[in-house]
Parts: sequence; C-alpha cells; structure tokens
Amino acid sequence: MKPAAPPVAAQSGQAHAGSARVTVETIARIEGEGALHVRLKGERIQDLRLEIPEPPRLFEAFLRGRRAEEAVDITARICGICPVAYQMSAAHAIERAWGIAIDPQVRALRRLLYCAEWIESHALHIYFLHAPDFLGYQDAFEMAAKYRPEVERALRLKKLGNTIMRVLGGREIHPVSLRVGGFHHVPSKRDLQPLLEELKWGLEAACETARLVNTFPFPNFQLDYEFVALWHPDEYPLNEGRIASSLGLDLDVEAFEEHFLEQHVRHSNALHSVLRERGSYHVGPLARFNLNCGKLPPRAREVARECGLEPPVRNPFRSIVVRAVELAFACEESLRLIGGYEPPARPCAPYQRRAGTGVAATEAPRGLLFHRYTIDETGLILSSKIVPPTAQNLKRIEDDLWGYLPQILDAPVEEITWRAEQAIRNYDPCISCATHFLKVRVTHEE
Amino acid sequence: MKPDKHRPTVGIFKFASCDGCQLTLLDCEDDLLAVAGAVDIRYFPEASRNIGKGPFDIAFVEGSITTHHDADRIQQIRRQARILIALGACATAGGIQALRNWHDSGEYVRQVYAKPDYISTLKTSTPVAEHVPIDYELRGCPVQKTHFLEIVCALLTGRRPQLPLASLCIECKRKGNTCLLVASSEPCLGPATQAGCGAICPAMGRACYGCFGPHENANAPALAKRFREDGMSEPDLQRAFRTYNAWAWQFRKASEEVET
Repeated sequence: MKPAAPPVAAQSGQAHAGSARVTVETIARIEGEGALHVRLKGERIQDLRLEIPEPPRLFEAFLRGRRAEEAVDITARICGICPVAYQMSAAHAIERAWGIAIDPQVRALRRLLYCAEWIESHALHIYFLHAPDFLGYQDAFEMAAKYRPEVERALRLKKLGNTIMRVLGGREIHPVSLRVGGFHHVPSKRDLQPLLEELKWGLEAACETARLVNTFPFPNFQLDYEFVALWHPDEYPLNEGRIASSLGLDLDVEAFEEHFLEQHVRHSNALHSVLRERGSYHVGPLARFNLNCGKLPPRAREVARECGLEPPVRNPFRSIVVRAVELAFACEESLRLIGGYEPPARPCAPYQRRAGTGVAATEAPRGLLFHRYTIDETGLILSSKIVPPTAQNLKRIEDDLWGYLPQILDAPVEEITWRAEQAIRNYDPCISCATHFLKVRVTHEE
Repeated sequence: MKPDKHRPTVGIFKFASCDGCQLTLLDCEDDLLAVAGAVDIRYFPEASRNIGKGPFDIAFVEGSITTHHDADRIQQIRRQARILIALGACATAGGIQALRNWHDSGEYVRQVYAKPDYISTLKTSTPVAEHVPIDYELRGCPVQKTHFLEIVCALLTGRRPQLPLASLCIECKRKGNTCLLVASSEPCLGPATQAGCGAICPAMGRACYGCFGPHENANAPALAKRFREDGMSEPDLQRAFRTYNAWAWQFRKASEEVET
C-alpha cells in the first residue's frame, strides 16, 4: 500500500513570515489531557512548554495507611491503559520488601499477562493514535474509510490482547487476578489452548503491521538520546532486570533514586524526571529495542531486520516501527509461554508481612515504571513513590520539540501544530499516568 | 431520539480519572465501527483530532470533579447536552481520589508535590451528580462495554436502557459460584454491591471489592456488622468500604460508622 502524502493541513490564513499566533486548543489522541505552548519570534523559538493541566489525583498521599496488598489494585487505577504495569510494579516491590519468592510458572503467567497488555496498548497506539498522523487523517474512524482492512486488523489485534487479559485477569481493564505472592486464580492449560490459533494470526498481523508502518514517511530527524530501559541477561525485558542506559548506566533497581530525580515545574501537574548528572532521557520502545534487541525472539528479530532497524535507532518518529516489532515480540512470546505452561502447584506463595522497603521497575508499554513502598510491621504503607514512564519522558518530549520545530517553522501554522502533535505522540504519552495532554498553542511574537 | 436520518451527536469528556472507561468504549472491538457509524462523534479527544463544538445529543462524562476549572466545565457541558451519562466510578461516586474527602487535601498535595503552590485543586473529589443533574449512569471501575453498547442501542432506538440494578449476589448465584461470605467468611462486598461485572472476583475465589458501587437498596452497615462478627478489625472495615466508590453514600455511611 502506498501511504498518503504527509498531512497537509488547511491553510490557517496566518502567514509564518514575521510574527503570528497559532493556537490549538486540545492535543488529541493521547491518553489524558495536556497542552503545548510555543512562542515564536520570526523563526526562533522563544519559549516552549508542555502544560499538564490533568488534575492531580494524589495517589502517593492516600496510599499511606492502606494495606500493602491493596496497592496492587489501587495503583492500577492510575492508568486504565496500562493497569497491568502498575499491578506488576506494585506486586514486585512489595514481594521484594517481604522477601517472597515467586514460582517460575507464576512468573511465566505474569509475563503472559504483561504481553497481553502490550498487545492491546501497542495496537491501540500504532493504529488509532499514531498512524493517522502519518496518513493525514484526524482519527482512525476517518482512516477506516480508505484503510478499512488495516483498521479491522487493528481491532482484531486489540481484541486478541484483551482476550488474553480476560482469560487471565477476568476483564480487560483493571484485571482482578494478580496479587502479592502470585495470583488469586490461575488458568488451566485448557483455558489457554484456544488462544494459540489467534496468537499465530496475531504474530503474522504484527509483522504485516511493521511492514506497513515502515513505509510511512519519516521526518529526517534524530538526536543523541540517553536511552534508559530494563536489561535482562536472558530475555527481552518486561517484569524484571537491571536498569541500563545507552551511556553505560547499569544499576540495581534499588539505586534508581540515587540517579534519577523528579522535578516539579510550574506548568505541569506531572513531575519531570531527569538523570541527576545529565538531564533528560528517553524511555519506551526505542530505549528497550536499542538496549535489548539481541534478546528478541526469531520472528520479531527478523521483521526488525526486514524493516531496516539497526540499533541505535535514534529517529523518534520511527518508534512506531519499533512498537510494531514489539507487538510481534509480545505475540511470539505469548505463544512460547503458553506452549511451556504448567499450572503452578500453588497460585500464591505464602508470606509474612513485615516492616521494610521494597522497590521494583517493570516495562510498561510506554517505558520504565518505578515503584517504591515503605511498609510498617503490620503491613501498612508508610510512604510510596511512583515514577511513571510519561513523567520520565516529559522533559525529553520538550527537548525533542526544541530540536524538531526549527526544521518545520516555514510551514503553515496548522501544519506546524500537527507535526508538533505527531512528535509528542512518538512517545505515546499517557497523561493520566503522568499526573498522578493535549492543547497546542504556538504564538508568534512581534 | 429520532430513530432515522438524524445521527445523534456525541461528546466524550474527561475529568479526573484513569481513562479506563473511555478505553472501554474503544474496547468494543466488534462493534466500534458500527457504533461510530451510527452516531456523529463530535468530541472525543482521546481518539480524534476533530474537536467539534456542542450542542450534543449525548454527552458521556468520565471522571470526577476535583478542580475549580472542572466545576465550571461540567456546568458548560450540561448546558450543551441533551442527555448526560456519567461513566464509571469516578463520575458516579468520585472515584478512588475521593479518599481525600476525609483528609486535609492541602497536606495531600504537600505529600506528593515539592512546590504545592503550583497546584490548584479542590478539597474534595465529587461525582458529576453533585454538580449537575445527570440522566443515566454506568457503574463500574471500569464500566462494562456491554452496558455502554446497551445504552447506545437503547437511545438510538428510543427505548429505556436495561441495566442491572440488583445486588451482585444475584449475578454470582446465577453463575453457580460458591458463596465466599457464607462458606468461608471472606469479607465479600457482593451483598451491598451493584451487579454488572459478571461476578468475576468471586468466580476466581476472591471476595468482591465493590468496584461497581452500592446498589440502590444496599444495607452496607449491616454487611459491616457481619464482617465485624467474622473478626475484621475496625480499620480494615473502614478500608473495605473506602475504595473506588468510597463517597457513594451507602459505603460512606458504613465507613463513617466505623470511625465513631
């Protein structure tokens, strides 16, 4: 299929020459709400701010005094798009605090549940939130007029992720089976068998997806990012690993807060994370791929090669291709996990509550998600810290726009706006997570 | 609503929430394109760049009211909407963020943010119905996609939506689950909780945690008494009723009786 020309928006009538003002009220197709304000003078950016007006929900405050076990379900409510990520980081952190060892089959099942979330979330972002930018549509509904088979493929992929989620977790959003120590309930082998056929289709469909999005027109733009992701010696990272970066960071998760800092800036109800030494950094599919692509299973690796992805991939617009490769990975990995599944003898390990602190980081679809809990001797939470992936990427997104917008400032204002949104959507930002986005306003000054 | 020709205009609005209820709409994979064809989606920023203006035949509202700005915004949406539907536990009961309603919200903000002066928020998180009249509500954290499809079909064909209003126990019995409360004294909120989820927790041997909120005739204090007799501590009792629908009055009453 031949992609349509890159989006050319209707002329706004406001010339770029000299000074003008561009205002876009709402940045769409992201999870949550935010705004971008850009002030231009001639062809120079005077000021640029990602504004996050999403109301604060104050999770870390009301988690105090709750039972540590409750954090699994409560923190899921930070994000309806990646609840499993929150459940996993919370469960792992508390298990670490209490010294609970997890049965290998429970671990495999958790990995399968996480794959389900990746499939659903990646299919949603690739086709519904990001592809319309490359093809010049306002949304996937409009896109469906010309790309009906592709949109139907997206829905079937999404449904595949959701079906696995429902089999393992009872429902698609805020599943109810995961708990500290393991699961409330585990499926039988027979429960999982019917998923295999659709997963085989899903793997092919994901590879098709990668080939399709690889034909999109990509702006010629790349930066020297510091990529940060989990790293695991044997597997593409999901639930555990060390924290690694492309500039040589190699940390136990315990050391996260020594190296990463959250800053509070006036224009955002989401905190901005930075590396203490070096400022903004990049988490998400590009970071995971660049640090772990050798661990991809054969089909995912093959389609990555076919799409010409060689680490380091430094063009953030190509994240859509990497996301499709990860979609293939998640299907392929699910097939492997179901193939090797034996129901664990005990769905949940016995444990004793005790005082302590536990941390964990897992890979949400959007990137690294860090949790820390300090728990008293009766098992109540004394304090917690949650660092979602979008909070880590916010400063990075602002920095990308500082670099990218000067390339397109001679375009009509409407197009600058759309391109800026597209650049923001490279990160699949989830503002609901980050505040625990988007209006664009570009102002040209006299 | 006129059945033909006129495609009703729809807006989907977000307040303080996790986006899960809006995502539930997109999770109607088999019916999504049909629904999108039967209505005129004018405002759905999570899915579309087309940011249309009201008035709307149907406004779906996700999330609770937690800021001055949002308190104004919900009034504007009500003025523009013929039918307003509250979507999910945040919109119908204030959500998990309503836990601030029993605490000093200023202290909460200081706990989370280094520079509390930058944050503007109300002292409470309240359901949409505390601000404007609503026409329908869909319960759940998150809502059920079948309920969403039911309400859309009902409005399109001009009939009353049929949504479950009984207690979860009815649904749970129909599924043939063993009663956790009776058989193993598990603190199951099912008797006080509205049906609709399919009793997924009891089906997994897990006590219901009330994410669909209290049903109309729920006697939450009586259930609390039963939990107490089964040996639950007062703080645990309070926590049990203070989760995703904590501010719904029946659960609120049960949890406040614990305090005294």
